Amino acid sequence: MARSKRELQEINAGSMADIAFLLLIFFLVTTTMDTDTGLVRMLPPFIEDEIPPDVKVKERNIFVVLANANDYMLVEGEYMQIEDLKDKAKEFIIGNPSNPDDARFPEFEKVIDPEITKYFGANQMISKQIVSLQNDRGTSYDLYIQIQDQLAAAYREVRDEVAMQKFGQTYTELAASSKQSDLDKANAVKKLVPQRISEAEPKDVEQAKIAAGR
Amino acid sequence: MKIRKDKKKDLPPVSTASLPDIVFMLLFFFMVTTVMRETSLKVVHVLPKAQEVAKLERKSLVAYIHIGPPIKSLQSVFGTEPRIQLDDAFASPKDIPAFVEKVKSQTNEAEVPLLTYSFKVDNETKMGVVTDVKQELRKANALKINYSTGKKEKKKGSK
Repeated sequence: MARSKRELQEINAGSMADIAFLLLIFFLVTTTMDTDTGLVRMLPPFIEDEIPPDVKVKERNIFVVLANANDYMLVEGEYMQIEDLKDKAKEFIIGNPSNPDDARFPEFEKVIDPEITKYFGANQMISKQIVSLQNDRGTSYDLYIQIQDQLAAAYREVRDEVAMQKFGQTYTELAASSKQSDLDKANAVKKLVPQRISEAEPKDVEQAKIAAGR
Repeated sequence: MKIRKDKKKDLPPVSTASLPDIVFMLLFFFMVTTVMRETSLKVVHVLPKAQEVAKLERKSLVAYIHIGPPIKSLQSVFGTEPRIQLDDAFASPKDIPAFVEKVKSQTNEAEVPLLTYSFKVDNETKMGVVTDVKQELRKANALKINYSTGKKEKKKGSK
């Protein structure tokens, strides 16, 4: 047959680009490249019995932040705007290391930790500070996030200052570094200024009211 | 100077033979980076903004909990009160343990402790709903959470 003798014709690849373009446009449209950012927190484990263990913490060691249903904020018994929260919290977190008996600021305790000793020497005093955050069911989520953000910022700035004094680098820089020695330094600073944000158990106000009414 | 007009020098056309290769390269890039949207949102949320944000590292280890008012087309049925959306459906705080179990079962066992539950909550939601969900998560022993926020530009003057 004449046909078999003819050379096999090459398939035209000219339209390949068009097909690829079509697919490309599809993936371009469907792709989402946004990286999710946010505030990472750990919840405390759930305790079965309703009564939490009675841990006595002295009043002066607690920094109380209250937020009510009208989005007003009470910090250490004073009405406060969100802008002022960070400085107030910083003041509290740093405390008064030179005079541990100062009743306005939290107590200090000696902690023996090899990592702290390695960089800061023995006999480092660590503040017993705790930040307590209590909110109402009617508090807006926005205010809650703002408070969380401000408190996190306060802790970060205190750590930055401690690290700057000791190592000449901020905590943020140390923690972002790829060198192991820097990470160890960051860890020591983290242990020296531990972030203690306590969130109160939610109080069921409505239920309590109903129970009281009956 | 003599301009030679007589000799017409035809420029050879640019070869487009490598075009498919370039396009394919782009195509593969987008195919690899693309993440298909798994759920269609039934609630609207405008996320709050914060400064001290961290990036969520591994998307496959993040489960989302959406809270906010229902979208316009569903408001006639579901009202405008903030609701919880898990996966593709509205849920109540009671459904959280089942949701957590489902997420855990879909994850490699070694990576279960790394699972993060990301709250995507509307700005104006009241904390009551969020607190309920948080309590349920605690009961289900899912303790690593993330409040999803936008990034706020740092104010000048502050470090």
